[in-house]
Amino acid sequence: MSTPFLSVRDLTVDFHTEDGVVHAVDGLSFDVEKGTTLGIVGESGSGKSVTNLAVLGLHNPETAKISGEIRLDGEELIGASRSTMERLRGNKVAMIFQDPLTSLSPYHTIGRQIGEVFRRHTGASRAASRDRAIEMLTRVGIPQPKVRVDDYPHQFSGGMRQRAMIAMALVCDPDLLIADEPTTALDVTVQAQILDLLRDLQEQTGTAIIMITHDLGVVAGTAHEVLVMYAGRAVERGTVREVLREPRHPYTWGLLTSMPRLSAPVDVPLLPVRGTPPSLVNVPPGCPFHPRCDYTDLAGPELCRSERPELSPHRGHGDACYLTLAQKREIVR
Amino acid sequence: MKETGTGSAAGKAAEPLLELSGLEKHFPVTGGFVFKRQVGRVHAVDGIDLTVHAGETLGLVGESGCGKSTTGRLVARLLEPTGGAIRYGGRDITHASRRELKPIRSEIQMIFQDPYSSLNPRHTVGGIIRGPMEVNGIDPPGGRDRRVRELLEIVGLNPEHYNRFPHEFSGGQRQRIGVARALALNPRLIVADEPVSALDVSIQAQVVNLLQALQRELGIAFLFIAHDLAVVRHFSQRVAVMYLGKIVEVADRDSLYRRPRHPYTHALLSAVPEVEADPAAASTAGPRERIRLAGDVPSPIDPPSGCRFRTRCWKAQEKCASEEPPLVRLEGNREGHLTACHFPEAPTVHGDDVVLDPALA
Amino acid sequence: MLRFLTRRTLGAAVTLVIIAAITFFLFFAIPSDPARLACGKVCPPELLEQARHNLGLDQPLFAQFTAWLTGIFAGRDYGGLGYCPAPCLGYSFVNQAPVFETILDRLPVTISLTIGAAAVFLVFGVATGIIAALNQGRPLDKIASVSSLIGFSLQIYFVGTLALYFLVYKNQILARPQYLPFTEDPLAWASGLALPWVVLSIIFTANYTRMTRSTMVEQLGEDYVRTARAKGMKGRSVVMRFALRGTLTTVVTIFGVDLGALIGGAIITETTFGLQGLGRLSINAVTDSDLPVLMATVLVAAGAIIVFNIVVDALYAFIDPRVRLS
Repeated sequence: MSTPFLSVRDLTVDFHTEDGVVHAVDGLSFDVEKGTTLGIVGESGSGKSVTNLAVLGLHNPETAKISGEIRLDGEELIGASRSTMERLRGNKVAMIFQDPLTSLSPYHTIGRQIGEVFRRHTGASRAASRDRAIEMLTRVGIPQPKVRVDDYPHQFSGGMRQRAMIAMALVCDPDLLIADEPTTALDVTVQAQILDLLRDLQEQTGTAIIMITHDLGVVAGTAHEVLVMYAGRAVERGTVREVLREPRHPYTWGLLTSMPRLSAPVDVPLLPVRGTPPSLVNVPPGCPFHPRCDYTDLAGPELCRSERPELSPHRGHGDACYLTLAQKREIVR
Repeated sequence: MKETGTGSAAGKAAEPLLELSGLEKHFPVTGGFVFKRQVGRVHAVDGIDLTVHAGETLGLVGESGCGKSTTGRLVARLLEPTGGAIRYGGRDITHASRRELKPIRSEIQMIFQDPYSSLNPRHTVGGIIRGPMEVNGIDPPGGRDRRVRELLEIVGLNPEHYNRFPHEFSGGQRQRIGVARALALNPRLIVADEPVSALDVSIQAQVVNLLQALQRELGIAFLFIAHDLAVVRHFSQRVAVMYLGKIVEVADRDSLYRRPRHPYTHALLSAVPEVEADPAAASTAGPRERIRLAGDVPSPIDPPSGCRFRTRCWKAQEKCASEEPPLVRLEGNREGHLTACHFPEAPTVHGDDVVLDPALA
Repeated sequence: MLRFLTRRTLGAAVTLVIIAAITFFLFFAIPSDPARLACGKVCPPELLEQARHNLGLDQPLFAQFTAWLTGIFAGRDYGGLGYCPAPCLGYSFVNQAPVFETILDRLPVTISLTIGAAAVFLVFGVATGIIAALNQGRPLDKIASVSSLIGFSLQIYFVGTLALYFLVYKNQILARPQYLPFTEDPLAWASGLALPWVVLSIIFTANYTRMTRSTMVEQLGEDYVRTARAKGMKGRSVVMRFALRGTLTTVVTIFGVDLGALIGGAIITETTFGLQGLGRLSINAVTDSDLPVLMATVLVAAGAIIVFNIVVDALYAFIDPRVRLS
């Protein structure tokens, strides 16, 4: 097996704040292969966005302490020079954000914002960049791209702005696209359009995608592999089918039973996870989920409270929990 | 009255708790030369008819800008309607004055989306929940403080938290505070405007369960406004779909979700990403029938003539531009299932049941 | 844009007339007699009556105001006392000259003073603010914030007097501040006004440093600045093209509001350094009960503020496409 395109090993991100050290990401490992989509699922504060900003090297080095390994196509990104990272961003790795209105500059035209990425990384002329911007707008399905290229973001609708963001991210044919909650701010019919677009573009270009979302539905429709995060750690990993059909971690169960589903019978009660997520300054020792878990008695309360469970097995469908597979099967049933 | 919570059939006979007829809210758009004058109107809510019966939940869904939140604010009389009528408990409160509203204000309460900004950060939790009682001069037996502690317990918070401030709580807990405040006056109707959309999934379920328990135990009616179709289905007995200031379809939830007749309702339902892991769906078109609407919702300042959905509808014909479809019971619809469409979707038969989308079967 | 300018100009004209009316009628609430001033120290009653007639002071108050207003366009004849050609803002019997001429004579001093000072504080204030923001939390930032705090409490009359004493009179490092027309000798113009510029701009520089710093810090945290970095834009271009753009919007807005304060500062500065500008003129007009001059200076100041506000709004539209295109 060849080395994965993106390989993250033992990534730890700490922020030093006045309230103490925030352990935003703690010992996270995952891989992304070319042409595939990894869905990273978690609630707010689970560390999913922090992880991906670390991949792009976008954290303020004065407040964030990052350790571990991030290898992109064999190249180590942690500790890489500023100019190396600047050359990489927007070129080899691109990112789209949640809110396209605030993420696009209100002071520059759409065409300019797309074109300048191209210019920056290819050294193309102004005219060529503009043509490229029009080409990209056409590809993401903006009507009348030759006219709209000179519009400002506020003249676009929400869905069109996100299309423009995607055009901007893909203008240099990146090998990896990180999409941070790309449809959370959009209406459901527009969300469907954008997810379709991302899927189509991936088929055309073979880009690897990391799809960060809190919505398991979005993951189900777009991702090949899933990583479930809780309190800065990976609690479960596997293919979409594995994780959604045979979830193994109690937190994943909680996520799935918390969501009302259109395909389920109407009167299935929601079974939420009790309590609230922990503060990242004071992450519980042992399994970070143990204070909210209903199965610590079964798995061994001492163990859950004192020792951190590792994601196992190392390949394939793995989870970080002391319950045995037999116990899990019993509970799910 | 609690029994009516299970369906609309029982409530039909009784007089509805809330009745909206031809309700309208237009916001002026100003502009002009030297002097400001009105140059247009935002048709936020443009003539809607709805009823909510005692103890039931009516879900109101639609995309941003469809007017669902404005409708909620009109019902709570936080906005003045520009047309139509609101009847509450048989009384016309459309333009009721502050004084006339006083007895009703305590019966209609509101829960807001943002648990961060809807609580005054300088007041203690106790003060926030006491507020409505003080304003309305209500003295519950045993005193206000006791009632506050009682309410905190009802919504699942520790009564000891009386003297804490909102910033000390998490999002879900703040929403519980908002619910306790709404409950302080023993309301009969709660207008819940996106009450769970700012919350994380696991917390969202906690709050939904809390609201459901409250409805069961206290018989409170809800106007539940949300964009999440699954949450609305879970929480509401009847559901109305809004588009550009109009109700396009309203029905009991089974009928609406299984046999949507309006193309917009159908498109909305098919756009919801579902947690059905199927790797095939990730690469090629999945087994579910998928309808993809093109474009975005038009501006409510200048809505399309006739049927407002026609600009995005794949079935639109000339008639749709010239004639506004009335909201009526179509042939094949259940009682109480009203659709505003000239060319409604034909339900397909799937086993015993009529199901439009095989994936929903 | 044209519509905008027309609308704003019309609005400005209305505002000016209202300000003129208020100043005019307020003046007559003050117990003083312009006719006696016009007539001179020794004035027999019949001459006083004559002067009163010539000045139109025997007319009803409202008629006097309309006469003043029409004078601006048509000019006025004050009988034996003198003639004032259009645009006539009145005739000062204290200075024995049409007010407009006096204003024209003094205006360049004040304009030179305010524009120079504005240039100083905009350049230094904004630059220091940006440097502080980019070095947030580091020594440079702390130095900037401490010095802006000190600068903020240094009043013009205090610093001005100290500077005059130590730099000019005692150690003779600088020449005495004076106004020389720009057209005659730009270098002498600048060196003559350098000290007043610096003194007048100290408080403003401090203010703009603090404001630019906080806006810039805010801008650097904006989503679109993060996007610019995520696109691989170089650090400098992120700052100059993206963060600075939003900061300028705020600077321009505040500058529009600050114009009144700047003119107020100019009056104090002129007095401190003995410069013969509009500020000095208006103070003298108050002490001499010289209504025409007072009216004119108030109007010029108000007019300047209004015009600059229109300019600032237009500039705002230039910077922010959301304003321009809505």
